Amino acid sequence: MKKMLRLSIAATALIAIGAQAEELSGTLKKIKDNGVIVIGHRDSSIPFSYLNNQKPIGYSMDLADKIVANVKKELKMPNLQVRYNLVTSQTRIPLVQNGTVDFECGSTTNNLERQKQVSFSVGIFEIGTRLLTKKTSGVKDFADLSGKNVVTTAGTTSERLIKAMNAEKKLDMNIISAKDHGESFLMLESGRAVAFMMDDALLAGEMAKAKNPNDWVIVGKPQSYEIYGCSLRKDDPQFKKVVDDALKATFKSPEMATIYKRWFQSPVPPKGLNLNFPMSEELKELLANPTDKSAEQM
Amino acid sequence: MNYNWDWSVFFKSTGIGSEIYLDWFIAGLGWTIALSLSAWVIALLLGTVLGVMRTLPGRFAARAATVYVELFRNVPLLVQLFIWYFIVPDWLPEKIELWFKQDLHPATSAFISVTVCLGLFTAARVCEQVRTGIQALPRGQSMAAYALGLRLPQVYRKVLLPQAFRIIIPPLTSEFLNVFKNSSVASLIGLMELLAQTKQTAEFTANLFEAFTLATVIYFVLNMGLMLVMRTVEKRVRVPGLIALGGK
Repeated sequence: MKKMLRLSIAATALIAIGAQAEELSGTLKKIKDNGVIVIGHRDSSIPFSYLNNQKPIGYSMDLADKIVANVKKELKMPNLQVRYNLVTSQTRIPLVQNGTVDFECGSTTNNLERQKQVSFSVGIFEIGTRLLTKKTSGVKDFADLSGKNVVTTAGTTSERLIKAMNAEKKLDMNIISAKDHGESFLMLESGRAVAFMMDDALLAGEMAKAKNPNDWVIVGKPQSYEIYGCSLRKDDPQFKKVVDDALKATFKSPEMATIYKRWFQSPVPPKGLNLNFPMSEELKELLANPTDKSAEQM
Repeated sequence: MNYNWDWSVFFKSTGIGSEIYLDWFIAGLGWTIALSLSAWVIALLLGTVLGVMRTLPGRFAARAATVYVELFRNVPLLVQLFIWYFIVPDWLPEKIELWFKQDLHPATSAFISVTVCLGLFTAARVCEQVRTGIQALPRGQSMAAYALGLRLPQVYRKVLLPQAFRIIIPPLTSEFLNVFKNSSVASLIGLMELLAQTKQTAEFTANLFEAFTLATVIYFVLNMGLMLVMRTVEKRVRVPGLIALGGK
């Protein structure tokens, strides 16, 4: 509330002096006043945003760096301090809303429910929801899962999709909701489930971590496409423009191919694994025509 | 804070069949109650046996019970759950292991693991209360019982335990309530009890605060209800003139 008070005093002061057209507001003003920008990151969303030697790295973090660079330029604060704040799938939205972090870049799907709470940057990645299974399991597509145990991660779109599919098509699957991707993979590896449904890029990440990556295969027609975005506070057009401009400029530059290659087609820390995940047609399309809409709105 | 409150979210469709989010909470509550009651039966039975063992004259029984208590009370509940769920099934004979992991419905195998885990964990705590209940009785009680010619099992069954249980109803009540709260660890191995349903609703709707508020209210009302039940039990079984009966 103190912040609100400060903001309203500032706003009144501005009106009193006669505000100039380019006055700062919202997040940009907060960053300028505090001299620090806080980025929300994840701990194990490989290769998007995860910890390596206590430092957050990944595809989304490289893009976050581009956003910070643009904020520095915009505010003319080359020495702007950057602070990182770990968020989880449950805390990411409230922490953006209450101002603990200024924006969050990880593997957050842009969807209509979330748009009621936060605003999204232009999409930074696009995935399809598919299945990871053992090469020898005989599972080729979703129809083969009838009567079998299938694992997915709790709270994801995949969970909703597969439960809905199970109810509609009466596939009689037993669906296990594990607490995170690591545990989902453990369920798959230990034989409790024959397949793991999740975002294909994350499945590639789990596969790369396996003891024998060659035993596993990603199959099935994507059941949905989802666009990941960085989440920001709602109704803050000034900051959103700085964020979107930074991302759009990066998407256009040749550097984008390098960033993609670094995280999806080269060995990545900590274990030096290569995801071997070439850029999909959907992602190429998204980078060519940036949008902050969710996949369901397209 | 920039939050968009929407209390009608519980009545919205989940997009799965014709369910609304409130149905998830009700189903979750059902699992929480089933889980907690089954675990409590194990805890009460085993805890009583162990508590008696700790007060027996024989050294071996007392030591064995002490080891049990220290082991189960000093390892975090979540670690114990992961051991019961991920490691113990691998020690079973292969046929039973495969049956447990693949043929059994995943909710059933998770339910068994959590019930056993929570039952054995709580048994250690119940044991300590039964022991203190027995030790709180004046020594004259057991001596008089022996003098009347009762044998050891009779001394416990007819004299010590009936009094000890009356004394420990209040701490036993909080243990009973703890089982309900601790049952939320089940959400971490995919059993869709109350907390798991809450998190799922929060993720699906992005209405995190509403979901957790409802869960808080449900846990609170449930535990208050149980406490009132236990208080009635305490009043019903009280023997006028007997020591330390809840201060009434």
